[in-house]
Amino acid sequence: MRLELREITKQFPGVLANDRISIAADRGKVLGLLGENGAGKTTLMNILSGLYRPDSGEILIDGQAREFRDPSEAIGAGIGMVHQHFMLVPVFDVVESVALGAEPVTGAVRTFDRVTARKRVVELSTQYGLDVNPDARIEDLPVGVRQRVEILKALYRKSDILVLDEPSAVLTPGETEELFGIIRGLAAGGTTVIFITHKLNEVLEVADTITVLRRGRVAGTVLPSQTSREELANLMVGRDVELTVARGPSHPKDVVLELRDVFVRNDRGEMAVKGASLEVRAGEIVAVAGVQGNGQTELVEAITGLRHLDAGHIKIGGALVDEAKPRKVADLGVAHIPEDRMRDGLVKAMTVSENYILDSYHRSPYSSGGRFDRDAIAREAQKGVQEFDIRTPSIETHVGSLSGGNQQKVIVAREFSRPVRLVVASQPTRGLDVGSIEYIHKRIIEQRDAGAAILIVSTELDEVLALGDRVAVMFSGQIVGVLPSEQATKEAVGMLMGGVH
Amino acid sequence: MIPILAVISAFIVGSVFLIFTDIPALQQLFGGQPLGFLGTALGNVVKAYTALLTGSLGDPSRYADALRLGTPDAWATAVRPLSETLVAATPLIFTGLAIAVSFRSGVFNIGGDGQFVLGALGATATALLMRGLPAPLILVAALAAGIVFGAAWGFIPGFLKARTGAHEVITTIMLNYVALQIVQLSLRTDFMRPPTGSEPISKVIDFVRVPALLPLPGLRLHWGFVVALVVAALVSYFMFRTTKGFELRTAGLNMTAARYAGMSAGGSIVLAMVVSGALAGLGGAFQVLGTVTQMSNDIDAGYGWTAIALALLGGTRPGGVVVAALLFGALNNGGHEMQIETSIPLDLLVFIQALVIMFVAAPDLVRKIYRLRARGTEPGTPAEEGAAA
Repeated sequence: MRLELREITKQFPGVLANDRISIAADRGKVLGLLGENGAGKTTLMNILSGLYRPDSGEILIDGQAREFRDPSEAIGAGIGMVHQHFMLVPVFDVVESVALGAEPVTGAVRTFDRVTARKRVVELSTQYGLDVNPDARIEDLPVGVRQRVEILKALYRKSDILVLDEPSAVLTPGETEELFGIIRGLAAGGTTVIFITHKLNEVLEVADTITVLRRGRVAGTVLPSQTSREELANLMVGRDVELTVARGPSHPKDVVLELRDVFVRNDRGEMAVKGASLEVRAGEIVAVAGVQGNGQTELVEAITGLRHLDAGHIKIGGALVDEAKPRKVADLGVAHIPEDRMRDGLVKAMTVSENYILDSYHRSPYSSGGRFDRDAIAREAQKGVQEFDIRTPSIETHVGSLSGGNQQKVIVAREFSRPVRLVVASQPTRGLDVGSIEYIHKRIIEQRDAGAAILIVSTELDEVLALGDRVAVMFSGQIVGVLPSEQATKEAVGMLMGGVH
Repeated sequence: MIPILAVISAFIVGSVFLIFTDIPALQQLFGGQPLGFLGTALGNVVKAYTALLTGSLGDPSRYADALRLGTPDAWATAVRPLSETLVAATPLIFTGLAIAVSFRSGVFNIGGDGQFVLGALGATATALLMRGLPAPLILVAALAAGIVFGAAWGFIPGFLKARTGAHEVITTIMLNYVALQIVQLSLRTDFMRPPTGSEPISKVIDFVRVPALLPLPGLRLHWGFVVALVVAALVSYFMFRTTKGFELRTAGLNMTAARYAGMSAGGSIVLAMVVSGALAGLGGAFQVLGTVTQMSNDIDAGYGWTAIALALLGGTRPGGVVVAALLFGALNNGGHEMQIETSIPLDLLVFIQALVIMFVAAPDLVRKIYRLRARGTEPGTPAEEGAAA
């Protein structure tokens, strides 16, 4: 079916989320909807799925204007959504999960007709090459397969229009490739697919047309064959963006961080890091690639003093820090950009200036004799805000009300405000827009060029390849390979990430 | 904004309650005199709230008399209701601050009651021990004892939580009972007990008193009230201008971020509980040394519990706690006047206080009633979802 949204406008208090947005997708085609966080993508999809009603504008399906008062009407019209966060019941099996809410029934007491449901699930799974075991329990399935169950759910409800919201966010590079195969198969079978993402490569690879949203408006609609990454980034951000920040050759010097046979347990008491060894030298960036959950989080926490070391040794600048507390580690000149900025790195309900001094509050010039010097704090925080281009109404604004990119800049500004010998950055650009990614990458490279040792942990392959002078790959708690940047191709790193040596 | 509207709402609901529990007025209504009913009912509400106001702040005619006559006695009569309101508010300020500090630090001290009574007990015992020494010396020592006893009683649950993870809500509640039993026990000793009488009260310690604030006869208002205000300012300074206060607030808002920032989680918990206990203990000391002059087993009068409500009503800000304590002091004190004047039971005030707390605890309800727009920065509002889209 052909889907068209015409001049959709949606106003929230203080925000014009959608401003006369028009998009169109033909039957059997893939529309890539590209935009940064806050561009209005999710609002638009919530309108399409009947969750919100537009203030003005029309939804046309095969040329007919439709109005959805609630999600069930949108489903009835053939629109299926696959959300970023899956909506599955862990203890159900695949057949139950897919049929839930649209169960076939049998007999006088209308019991669940599992046989019919299962037959249909198997049919759909085979028809579209989804390769899902209908009897597996959801909680036993890997993330990539769970996503296919979500797609099955939509197909089961006879969706002719499938909306995928940031589907690759939770997938490994390999799983993403498989997903693209499935999308192409669906399109070939006549399904209209809307693919929402903020990743340039993905729309270029899978979309037939690309509509770029910026600040609630359509910034442009282009064909993949007639555009480039640079043009798309420009449309998204509204200015020229360096997608891969230029960096000169590294000049590694002394070893600053040394990991020797490190063992660390996770919160559940299981061994998460199993004998990791690695060296990071001054003046180089070592990027650790790996699928989430292979021990990277625990490794970083052990280095920064937040997690107890089970065995092995960690040295920073020659000093043994096996037992060191976070403050001791920071005193050695370690800047730590934590993985989860809202949980670890910031206190949402505190102001920008309070967060700016969060781990240096006890030092001069911020305080002396246990009392704060408010003028000095304001002066330094103001300096940080200017230097790092943090967009905030004032330094007294609560950090929780800033955008993700500006929150991350507060952390980076704070961590780089101290003398830095080692930077440990975990997922430094997760969830950020292209402009902020560029900015933070530049700052990290600056630190390298100034002589700091840099350890970056990221699940984004693009980021690892863009920054790493050397790329280490972590799999199942071990460093399974370290490649110099010349040899670190997508394929080579991807293989190691998947556990193939 | 929300606390103010909560108070207004509570009074409105309170008046509705008044109207529909007024049997004579209701008889008029069902007797076919709706207008008469309305008149009687509204008249009663106005009468009750007027009595409440004059009972807590004073009668304007008495103030006029005082201005005209100018005698200390006339002034004392005029100012007495206000004085009593401030007397009632003083222990509430101390305990309210105690709980506010703990809440700000992410520790739920439900043991204000125990810390308060032990502070009072410590002050009483110290005064009795030092009898015969110069009064100012006794006073200072007794107040210090109040602080130490309260702080010690706060330290125990703080230490237990930091060391073993024992939940402070459980331990502080249980320690309240222990504290009350300690008071009971000590009131039976010859050291504390008056030579005659078997009631659970101590000897009168009127040889040491916190000086009266106003030079008027028969007023109970003492310097403890002023100290309470100064302590509120000090608490504010401590929480917002010192590094220790910053550590406590950070721990209270985000414990993982506090750990990330190199702060000691256990240290913050213990410090918060010690400061909290010390404040409640000082409140107890002032109560026994300034207001009641003898220790009894019902000296707490539930201050530690009311304090939880005050801390929330005051937004856990010291200034807010002071205002909330003054309000509750006024309600408690004015209620007696209301009961005498209008025969409306004191329980109405308990009802209104409960409603205030309920409304404060349900800010969305208050916003809805007054059609306030939720602030855009709060999670879950459409504005936020729109911006995150």
